Amino acid sequence: MTELTELGVKAIRDGVAAGDFTAREVAEAHNVAVAAAGELNAFIVTTPDHALAAAEKVDADRAAGKQLGAMAGVPIGMKDLFATQGVQTTAASHILEGFTPEYESTVSQNLWNAGAGMLGKLNLDQFAMGSSNETSYFGNVISPWRRKGADGFGGNADLAPGGSSGGSSAVVAARIAPAATGTDTGGSIRQPAAFTGICGIKPTYGRCSRWGVVAFASSLDQAGPMARSVEDCAIMLGAMAGFDPKDSTSLDLPVPEWEANLSADLRGKKVGIPKEYRMEGTDPEILESWERGKEWLRDAGAEVVDISLPHTKYALPAYYIIAPAEASSNLARYDGVRYGLRELPNGAGLQDMYAATRAEGFGDEVKRRILIGTYVLSAGFYDAYYNQAQRVRTLIARDFEKAWAQCDVILAPTTPTAAFALGDKMDDPLAMYLNDVFAVPASLAGLPAMSVPAMLNGEGLPLGLQLIGKAFDEQGVLNAGLAIQQRAGFDAKPEKWW
Amino acid sequence: MVTGAETMSTYRIQGATGEWEVVIGLEVHAQVTSNAKLFSGASTAFGAEPNTQVSLIDAAMPGMLPVPNRECIRQAVRTGMAIEAEINRWSRFDRKNYFYADLPQGYQISQLYHPLVGEGQLLIEADEKAGISQDKVIGIERIHVEQDAGKLMHDQHPTMSYVDLNRCGVALMEIVSRPDMRSPAEAGAYVRKLRTILRYVGSCDGNMEEGSMRADVNVSVRRPGEEFGTRTETKNVNSVRFVMQTIEHEARRQVDLIEDGGTVVQETRLFDPNTGTTRSMRSKEDAHDYRYFPDPDLLPLELDDAFLEECRASLPELPDAKRARYVGELGLSDYNAAVLTAEVETFARFETLLAETAKRLGKGEKDVATQVANWSLSVAPGVMNALGDEANPAHATAEAQAVILQMQAAGEISGGQAKEIFEIVLKTGREPAEIAETEGLKQQSDTGAIEAEIDKVLAANADKVEEYRGGKDKLFGFFVGQTMKAMQGKANPAVVNELLKAKLG
Amino acid sequence: MSVDQTTVAKIASLARIKMSEDELARMAPELSQILDWVEQLGEVDTSQVEPMTAVIPNTLRLRDDVIDADPLTGGDRRDAVLANAPAAEHGFFGVPKVIE
Repeated sequence: MTELTELGVKAIRDGVAAGDFTAREVAEAHNVAVAAAGELNAFIVTTPDHALAAAEKVDADRAAGKQLGAMAGVPIGMKDLFATQGVQTTAASHILEGFTPEYESTVSQNLWNAGAGMLGKLNLDQFAMGSSNETSYFGNVISPWRRKGADGFGGNADLAPGGSSGGSSAVVAARIAPAATGTDTGGSIRQPAAFTGICGIKPTYGRCSRWGVVAFASSLDQAGPMARSVEDCAIMLGAMAGFDPKDSTSLDLPVPEWEANLSADLRGKKVGIPKEYRMEGTDPEILESWERGKEWLRDAGAEVVDISLPHTKYALPAYYIIAPAEASSNLARYDGVRYGLRELPNGAGLQDMYAATRAEGFGDEVKRRILIGTYVLSAGFYDAYYNQAQRVRTLIARDFEKAWAQCDVILAPTTPTAAFALGDKMDDPLAMYLNDVFAVPASLAGLPAMSVPAMLNGEGLPLGLQLIGKAFDEQGVLNAGLAIQQRAGFDAKPEKWW
Repeated sequence: MVTGAETMSTYRIQGATGEWEVVIGLEVHAQVTSNAKLFSGASTAFGAEPNTQVSLIDAAMPGMLPVPNRECIRQAVRTGMAIEAEINRWSRFDRKNYFYADLPQGYQISQLYHPLVGEGQLLIEADEKAGISQDKVIGIERIHVEQDAGKLMHDQHPTMSYVDLNRCGVALMEIVSRPDMRSPAEAGAYVRKLRTILRYVGSCDGNMEEGSMRADVNVSVRRPGEEFGTRTETKNVNSVRFVMQTIEHEARRQVDLIEDGGTVVQETRLFDPNTGTTRSMRSKEDAHDYRYFPDPDLLPLELDDAFLEECRASLPELPDAKRARYVGELGLSDYNAAVLTAEVETFARFETLLAETAKRLGKGEKDVATQVANWSLSVAPGVMNALGDEANPAHATAEAQAVILQMQAAGEISGGQAKEIFEIVLKTGREPAEIAETEGLKQQSDTGAIEAEIDKVLAANADKVEEYRGGKDKLFGFFVGQTMKAMQGKANPAVVNELLKAKLG
Repeated sequence: MSVDQTTVAKIASLARIKMSEDELARMAPELSQILDWVEQLGEVDTSQVEPMTAVIPNTLRLRDDVIDADPLTGGDRRDAVLANAPAAEHGFFGVPKVIE
């Protein structure tokens, strides 16, 4: 019998539907894998019973001849940014430790409605702020990948699984879960996917409801799936997405039949190569993967054209004004009054309680971003910083608009480097931020963007390629991703050491 | 009529060093009449158990998002139209960031940069008694929509304050005036007029006791004609009288302060109704950097023609127009028109009674308006007040009153009888016509019966008839009196007059 | 623009985050570095550009004025609202006494 944990979303769903195995067997196999993976520190809490209950329901529905959902029998990991009713939801912070929501996020509810079950709540960078999963209050997530120590050194260094969806990327790459939810504010799905050799797609802003997702930066936050194939991403995104009247920014559009319409035939399509993404200091192996990507897409029938996105270099600084500004306000609600941590020093008044609670409850990176956000919004600076950043954002979106006159989808690297070692960039916030340089422009423009694995570098670490599409055209992104997947033949997986 | 700031007002504070003028601007927070809150589906009803009208959104649970209530936007737009303001088809919600226990999100969703309603105006009427010498237009800078905050209770626990979020997220309109007012009386008139307009429009119940309307009172003083002084803002003043007291106290305090060599600090103050004074509000002092920015959870609010059309079409006749019509078309006095149009309930009762009375008499409204206005403003309230608790106002239906007015107009009953009948109606709810019949409250218009009595009176007073005919006109009243007396007061005086004139020649 | 320790202290106070002198000393150069870096945005000529208001062209939907139409967005669920409160008392949220 097939190792059930090797199966992806589609294989599990189809196998359960065909009666090759039961959903319960799948859930049990994954629960075992979860229990055995403590060293990765990928889960904040595990929920084996949730996975089993969902599986049993699917098995019962199947026995009763009922129609099964798009994710029926698939146990998944849930990033601990999604509120889950009755299950602790922390955003990997101390300030929300012990918080047990009385509500279920729209996206997670959609997944349960589609027949998925939950293996546990996944670790992440605190409040999704970080690119290495080192800002979690619950400790670092360790990537299942290790360098091949060609020189005999460094082979055992713990690597970053990427961030902020680092728990998600780690468990999917390690075959602990076939898929996991992620959220992407400035690359938090794509960068960890690239670091761990899996797929991840951030849909068009508004496709997935933000209701019940702990907010980082409202105008950028988007949920999306992380899985080991483009098909699996298409299936899971279909289950997650959909109009939600509870979210004012939700797109009131039908969810396209992404899975059914997958096609790697790119004849007649044009693929844009943005010259500004060829940045100084980019790893030569990354550039090599990019070249291979072009070839693969040409091979699939696409025409490759050079394009220009002139404001690319300003995307990251604009992002580091807008996202912290929104975050400084979104995180004001964590004040020790209605939920979460309360620090009440002797004789403290209300405002002292706020300051003590927030000092104790937030980690350094969260504090840093709240302070930056507070500063750029404060009296006298609003125009120079925030408004200027939003104007630059308009220019960045305009760059893409112009590019769409020349091409249908854009191909670029996902990250400037392969996964780095834990600790490498923690002392230099700016160096850490620069890791999202290729991911952020699509976030600022609200466009669908995906990372698919391309190859391993010389150290045996995965490199990802990014596809950016027009607004609402997730299909174009998925199709180009599929074309790469079919040609890259990426089947590397981390060797189990945990 | 004069407009805005160039008005000369005679109200002055007498300081030790001379006269001072007070400059007043008001920010009125009016609770929008709606079933549910501005961004959540929780109820807005007043007086519920603590925290029972709180949604996950109002409690700012992680991941909660606002979705605006159409009715709140609609009512704010209609209010804007009622003050002849420009309606901004494109507006935005902004976040005003500060930390306080009554503000769970850590920010209030409001509108700073692009409010829903722009420049408008409001007319306050001359009121000699209050020192307002002529009609005056007060500029309104803007109306924006925002969330109300929750409520803190300080006296239930020795070391804790309690937070009730029932009000949190209720829609408010903030109606910001220009600093165009120059006396407490003008400010009082402004608040009253604004309240009247809101109640006409139906966008706010104007109930100041329940906090549906509160004013932030901005006061500064200056030497007449000089530059504006530094202003203070006294928060949440919740009656017209308190608004006026706040201004009187603040103006006096500021004048004394300046004349003693001090300077006025721009600050937030609190009014104490028990002492009629204001004091500095410690808790909000350091919160002035609100870091406003557009709320990224909400898209720009764009209003289309159909929405605006509906808002306009659903506006009622407004106070100024109604008052003008009462004078111009119905022929009422300025005073009666002003009183009848001041309150929604008053004009509503009046117009119903007017229509009913005109219908019954088969006349035009303007032919009976004066009679109905007099009845509504003096006769009926007089009877009601005299009865006090004995009166059941529910019995005072338009139909019953119209029947009384009809009988009176037809000469079937006298004015005195009308009051007596109405008194019985109020006590018992019986039909006026039946009362008139069974209680004998009708006047005699039967010329035969009256003539017979007149003949008797004239026969019995032949000497006075001679005197009258000799030129002593004043005796006419005597004959009327004698006849009425003989008829036990029930003769129609008009008929008596007419018959007497004919008989006396 | 570089920010000094005093400025960071002011910002931290505005953001209600208590910080020790050590933390302020550590944070000030970090924030300065980040702020210096974001200031390159000043190079961009945006005089003809409006700030972005909606990332995907979309208009604000308005909801009907109905009470408790959806339990997830409605009231009348005090227990759920208070369930996670550190100090819920008699149906209220308790906070240290506030002097207004």
